[in-house]
Amino acid sequence: MVPVNRFTEAAVARNPAAVQLLGLCPLLAVSNTVANALGLAVASTVVLTGSALLVSAFRKLIPEDVRLPSFVLVIATFTTLVNLAMEAYAFDLYQRIALFVQIIVTNCMILARVEQVASKESLGRTLVDALGTSAGFAAAILILGAAREALTLGFPLAALPPGAFLVAGLLLAGVNVAAARARRARERARVRLPPA
Amino acid sequence: MAELLLILLSAALVNNFVLVQFLGLCPFVGSSGRVETAVPMTLATMFVLAVAAVGTYLVNRYLLVAFGLEYLRIIAFIVIIAATVQFTEMFVRAASPVLHQMLGIYLPLITTNCAVLGVTLIAVSEGLSLPHTLFLAAGAGLGFGVAIVAFAALRERITDDAVPEPFRGPPLALVTVGFMALAFYGFKGLGG
Repeated sequence: MVPVNRFTEAAVARNPAAVQLLGLCPLLAVSNTVANALGLAVASTVVLTGSALLVSAFRKLIPEDVRLPSFVLVIATFTTLVNLAMEAYAFDLYQRIALFVQIIVTNCMILARVEQVASKESLGRTLVDALGTSAGFAAAILILGAAREALTLGFPLAALPPGAFLVAGLLLAGVNVAAARARRARERARVRLPPA
Repeated sequence: MAELLLILLSAALVNNFVLVQFLGLCPFVGSSGRVETAVPMTLATMFVLAVAAVGTYLVNRYLLVAFGLEYLRIIAFIVIIAATVQFTEMFVRAASPVLHQMLGIYLPLITTNCAVLGVTLIAVSEGLSLPHTLFLAAGAGLGFGVAIVAFAALRERITDDAVPEPFRGPPLALVTVGFMALAFYGFKGLGG
């Protein structure tokens, strides 16, 4: 049960995009179509999971003082690997989103998970956290991509840069409404059904 | 000369780095709470941009390309940018401890400002010369500054307004940026 809880906490309760507003640049820039969004989600997942596992495996050997530069170098190495792989096997997609695959290295979501989890916890816990965070990011970018692509049919602005900010803001407000409603429902349930 | 000015204006207005190209959004949202922190943040970012642009240009041309090591570009560039930021932080701490305190975590975080890495990567992928690269960096910094100062001024005005509960905080910030981006979209007619 514990890994499941950690996974959903990383993906939903602590969603990197919707709750912590990390990794906004790729989220908004590459969500113009679902295909681009999926490509970047997969690339980010590989970089985050790979870097987190490597840092977790060597966490006792990395000196405290130079840990941040070491983490950045590890993330940069995985970013390079993903770039080379995408250029070789998915060239069309890579041409469309190349700049944002290259700057995965500066995605604060990844550095935050490596610093807060991978540098302190075991391989298993790190893996669950990395996959949960990646799933949360993928869900956010895919939902935004799908909403923008669907809205473009009647509202061409949605595909343009201003549309990205507007649609993301409205979706986030929708998430807040849903969260508030769920919270109220839970409170009502508690009042009506006192624990046995 | 006209070409250099065109690059500068294009990066600052027509293809504004923050509002049109989505680069540097974290510090844009993070340090735009007040105009007093937005201005020094812009100056620090512009300084890092200029130094990093020259550094990456030289390393790329005389080290990476010269020895066929282009695949190390991302790693080399991030190291140069991190070193530049470290240097800037030491300088700011010595020159103005108050300012250093005010910028807090956002100063070292310039390393992960994707606008900086973005400028250097765009300059290399388009094969720009050194003066062109410098003007692109200046334009990017200027565009970042214009956008963040305007956004900070807007945020100062709307913090006390009665906003519907679900829009409080980040959603309203995103919608506000959306309308700013719409305004900047008007510059498309300038060409570039």
